[in-house]
Amino acid sequence: MRLSRDEVEHVAALARLGLSDDESTKLQDQLSSILEHIALLDRLETTTIPPTAQVNTLSNVMRDDIVTGSLPVAAVLANAPRQTEGFFEVHAVLGSSDESDIK
Amino acid sequence: MTIQPHELTSLSLTFARRALDAREISATELAHAHLDRIDQDDPTIGAYLHVMREVAVAQAASADRRIANGDALPMTGIPVALKDVLCTHDAPTTAASRILEGFRPPYDATVVRRIREEGAVFMGKANTDEFAMGSSNENSAYKIVRNPWNLGHVPGGSSGGPAAAVAAGLAMASLGSDTGGSIRQPAGFCGVVGLKPTYGRVSRLGLLAFASSLDQIGPFARTVEDAAILLQAIAGHDPLDSTSSPTPVPDYRAALVGDVRGMKIGIAREYNVDGMEPGVSMAIEAAIERISSLGAEIITVDLPHTEYALPTYYITAPAEASANLARYDGVKYGLAKEAPTLLETYARTRGEGFGPEVKRRIMLGTYALSSGYYDAYYVKAQKVRTLIKRDFDEAWAKVDAIVAPTSPTVAFPLGARTDDPYQMYLADVFTIPANMAGIPGIAVPCGFSQGLPVSLQVLGPSFAEATILRIADAYERSERWGDARPEAIANRTLSSGN
Repeated sequence: MRLSRDEVEHVAALARLGLSDDESTKLQDQLSSILEHIALLDRLETTTIPPTAQVNTLSNVMRDDIVTGSLPVAAVLANAPRQTEGFFEVHAVLGSSDESDIK
Repeated sequence: MTIQPHELTSLSLTFARRALDAREISATELAHAHLDRIDQDDPTIGAYLHVMREVAVAQAASADRRIANGDALPMTGIPVALKDVLCTHDAPTTAASRILEGFRPPYDATVVRRIREEGAVFMGKANTDEFAMGSSNENSAYKIVRNPWNLGHVPGGSSGGPAAAVAAGLAMASLGSDTGGSIRQPAGFCGVVGLKPTYGRVSRLGLLAFASSLDQIGPFARTVEDAAILLQAIAGHDPLDSTSSPTPVPDYRAALVGDVRGMKIGIAREYNVDGMEPGVSMAIEAAIERISSLGAEIITVDLPHTEYALPTYYITAPAEASANLARYDGVKYGLAKEAPTLLETYARTRGEGFGPEVKRRIMLGTYALSSGYYDAYYVKAQKVRTLIKRDFDEAWAKVDAIVAPTSPTVAFPLGARTDDPYQMYLADVFTIPANMAGIPGIAVPCGFSQGLPVSLQVLGPSFAEATILRIADAYERSERWGDARPEAIANRTLSSGN
């Protein structure tokens, strides 16, 4: 199936991925081509087959509720582009003018 | 027997262990021999993104003290390369991506910590496709890796650096990660041994996540025994990785009895695809005949959903990657491209920080998970995954292991597949099913085609690492293809064309 330009741009917005016009054009072709190969799966009847999310046989892995040491705050923040008073510094989330464009 | 200095970079781990413990060589000599070889040849090969020179020298000195005290463990003094998706507190960890340029993790990956505690000597962080996404190492944001057997060809991927380092004498062993073949396929292309353990056998704490239901860490080495030793050092439960298994770890070296008599080994008709290189088919057939002559019973099995593994993988892995890579947002670490709003900062940071293949997979994965397509793609792939796993479960009722090619071709020329993503993906057609089913697989050299190594893959049931090691070791002892080494770059004549 062929992806439209709008779909490519919509998916890029969902993925928070800034793409140039060139990149969007290329991805439109490449993703469409990959999806054609993936369409091979339509040949298989899978209505009654249960899905496998992962192959580990473990479930509900618990540990004892014991407090242990954590990494020092300074070490965790050492790679942060911006930090202030022991916190990661982030732009204001509310009031962003373009949030509605993403939806 | 005296070991000449130039031989220090071609020893097996097993041989070096004996020589270190007998004080015939020192860990310091071994480290310097490798650092010299890196200085000489790595500008051409490109196996390392970061050489840990000072760390290695200090670790070697400490290993020598430990050996002198009689406290040596299997990895003490052994020069090791670490794929740059494994966190190291004393070296940058970039996943070969611009978005993590200069990132210094605050802690070691569990596998790194374990071999560090055993006294391993870290030569450096090895090159990879960006975020381990690729089959040729050409997606590294920093530089390509050249195949030590033919410098015009790819080393395979995504663990091209770890594979090339071991093949070229730039490390004695290495650690990589395998999500769809990223250990086995480059091991095959570079003529070394590579093992992907069972899902859950090895802790993934500190592995930069790509596809969490598929990723496993495993060893590269020059012999099957060496791979068994390194696997032994890293395998086992880790309370900090809840997907790691409490299943006891057996003694892998004890399994290397050199005998496959009476074992039932499967071959699958589906592992003969269009585009299979004739030289690869011939080498694989000869290897199967050899294993049969060693006394194993060869039985044909059916893995009817093999052809669906690749499209299933290219939904599942990108979907999981799109979620895992959401963490690279320019706030906590790595590249930050500031813009007026938070959303624009995300988009700019990720747009400039990620390379083309990573963007392609984030896009594909986000699409497959998006409203309206989730059932058609993501859930469909999960259902087909069930069928692929069932194929193997049925096969294990009949055979102890399955042998197959590691890849349908030998290493292809640099640039040959970069324009067509799906052609590139086909290099992993024989390795992906094991990740989908969570089972272990080992790649072992089995000959040459067009002057490049061919590799045999041995697959086994979950947690049957000992079985596949035993078969690969018995085969290796009978043929010793892996003893061949590519020539040092410095010794090559210009006229050889390499």
